[in-house]
Amino acid sequence: MKPLAQDPTLNDFGHDPWWIVLIKVVVVFAFLVVMTLFAIWYERRVVARMQVRPGPNRNGPFGLLQSLADGLKLAFKEDIMPKLADKAVFFIAPVISTVCAFTAFSIMPFGPVVSLFGHKTPLQLTDIPVAVLLVLACSGLGIYGVVLGGWASGSTYPLLGGLRSSAQMISYEVAMGLSIVAVFMTSGTMSTSGIVAAQAGSDTHWGPITAPSWYAILLLPSFVIYFVSAIGETNRAPFDLPEAESELVGGFHTEYSSLKFALFFLAEYINMVTVSALCTTLFLGGWRAPWPISLWAGANSGWWPMLWFTIKILLLLFVFVWLRGTLPRLRYDQFMRFGWKVLIPANLIWIVALSGIKTLQKSDWDGTKRTMVVVGVVILLLIVALVWPSKKEPEKLTVADQIAARPDGSFPLPPLDLVVPVNPRAKRITASREEPVTVGAPDDSTGPKEA
Amino acid sequence: MSLSPYVPIVGLFALAALFALFSVAIAPFVGPRRYNRAKLDAYECGIEPTPQPIGGGRFPVKFYLTAMLFIVFDIEIIFLYPWAVSFNQLGVFGFIEMILFIGTVFVAYAYVWRRGGLDWD
Amino acid sequence: MTGLDLLLAGIGLVAVGAGWAVVATNQVVRAGLWLVVCLGALAAEYLLLTAELVAWTQVLIYLGAVVVLLLFAVMLTRAPIGPSPDLDRKVGPASVVGVGVGLSLGTLFAVAYGWTKYALPAQHGNAETVGGPIFTSWVLPFEVVSILLLSALVGAVVVSRGAK
Repeated sequence: MKPLAQDPTLNDFGHDPWWIVLIKVVVVFAFLVVMTLFAIWYERRVVARMQVRPGPNRNGPFGLLQSLADGLKLAFKEDIMPKLADKAVFFIAPVISTVCAFTAFSIMPFGPVVSLFGHKTPLQLTDIPVAVLLVLACSGLGIYGVVLGGWASGSTYPLLGGLRSSAQMISYEVAMGLSIVAVFMTSGTMSTSGIVAAQAGSDTHWGPITAPSWYAILLLPSFVIYFVSAIGETNRAPFDLPEAESELVGGFHTEYSSLKFALFFLAEYINMVTVSALCTTLFLGGWRAPWPISLWAGANSGWWPMLWFTIKILLLLFVFVWLRGTLPRLRYDQFMRFGWKVLIPANLIWIVALSGIKTLQKSDWDGTKRTMVVVGVVILLLIVALVWPSKKEPEKLTVADQIAARPDGSFPLPPLDLVVPVNPRAKRITASREEPVTVGAPDDSTGPKEA
Repeated sequence: MSLSPYVPIVGLFALAALFALFSVAIAPFVGPRRYNRAKLDAYECGIEPTPQPIGGGRFPVKFYLTAMLFIVFDIEIIFLYPWAVSFNQLGVFGFIEMILFIGTVFVAYAYVWRRGGLDWD
Repeated sequence: MTGLDLLLAGIGLVAVGAGWAVVATNQVVRAGLWLVVCLGALAAEYLLLTAELVAWTQVLIYLGAVVVLLLFAVMLTRAPIGPSPDLDRKVGPASVVGVGVGLSLGTLFAVAYGWTKYALPAQHGNAETVGGPIFTSWVLPFEVVSILLLSALVGAVVVSRGAK
């Protein structure tokens, strides 16, 4: 294999003969299906290790065929059509989810220009000047699968679950969309191959170590916000409220069974792979090898980049699983507050700050003018901080007041006699605190007073 | 601009659509079919399903407000993208006009925050 | 007639048909779905006319946000499965108005442009060529958009929270 270290540009796309397009389409499709099957196994194995159990290890070597077996099993389950469902929409909802999930992957760059059966072609299905918009549009359209699936089931839990997930997905889509702005600002393009090329070269050298010129380092706040909102967008733990079992059973797909359910499942995992791949492309240098590997001259040419790309995706998927194994699920109000009150304003301030810094760097102003601008910005920030809406403390009612405030004809109260025992460690630390904490109506005398 | 880069996108879309439609279509024939009235009812943890109120249910108006906020920020984002791409050509002027734009939307955002539009309670 | 023209006409027919279905169906959520098809077909038309950024903006804003808002609004008040009898109206007057407006707009275009053909510019609709003019020659409309967004948000809050 001769090294073809050629970065594809936008002009390289759209010239493939039809059979190369066909091969690429089938390969991308197969890649996504295999990645899904692998990711399900991977997630179950990794989370099992974190919980000190072996995980699926029966079907095939290391249990690798487990998810394939699960998928086949789903196909042979009964396909239930609920009595009250809107039949056509019930059918079409999983199709929408799946198609959007697959299509979003069509602009992911896998590698440089290679030679395929004598044809020079980029290792990328296609690229367009507004490629990243296509991914956002597909994830936006994927919301229809959720909200329609929930509605068409004709059942209460899926309806509530569908509305909740769609509200969650649109909220985090805003944060995700804003976090990408900084990348466009720095790279000056929206095409994925262009963004990968813009991250190449200009490495920083710290002695023997070379830090990659990835946007994850240069635009760290964007990277963090992107990843957090990607978790919210794909409904993953700790933001997996759509499937909060204790509240909504299965969320929007409660009534789905058989292959329709499998399609929703497939779409969810493909979306995970897609946001990881987009994260790799936008922030982690795309298919380019990081420093120790890039010392080898052939690392960034030929077919090797596909390997680096896949490894980066798998590492990001590992982080997804790691978070699931570590963090408890958020409450819905906490989750929405986090999205709207933390991620979005932080994002906007970061964009303004970054554009300010870049404008200052470009301008040919002298020192005093720059100082004046900086002082002006600081004063502006102080003014904003001064007029910032102060949080109104909600007046706290005691339990007795709350009970008294209930309107007539409310449901009867169950006895509020829950006694929370002091945990042993707290007991040891504060030996003086003997009395257990009582939660409930203070004038309630029926409850046990001793732990 | 030629449309040829879109051909593979349409190809992947078509393949995915074929796959999904095929799966949905064969599902009733591959699996078993055993009639059971309870199975076809809405799932509500084994109790008799709550009848849906005539004319659909009522939902918290919060969802509507969230969608409205989403539209506003989506439009802001869609303006930010071309601005970000041509940021290097626009210079100080582009910076100032975007500050004005973001500032105005931010005022609206602060108002919504202050009125409690961002709280889910 | 090239293949592209045929495609343009075909997608146009899809848009018109879906638009008809929006008003013809008597199931309110399905009307929303037909609206999605209609607006999506419009996005495809923009794309065929090389207005790439506008096409994806159409998908992101109209399909991804506005119709979602419509669906939410429908579900807030009423979203029954199955037909709603009050959506069945007499189609006579409405179709006269609709066909009349459509025909007069079509005539207007035919009179104004005739059958003159315009070549599509090569570099037309990408982010740089659309963004450049917006942020240099059309700054005022752009800033007015932010005022519009401000009033939309204030209105939404007042409607949903009630004036205090």
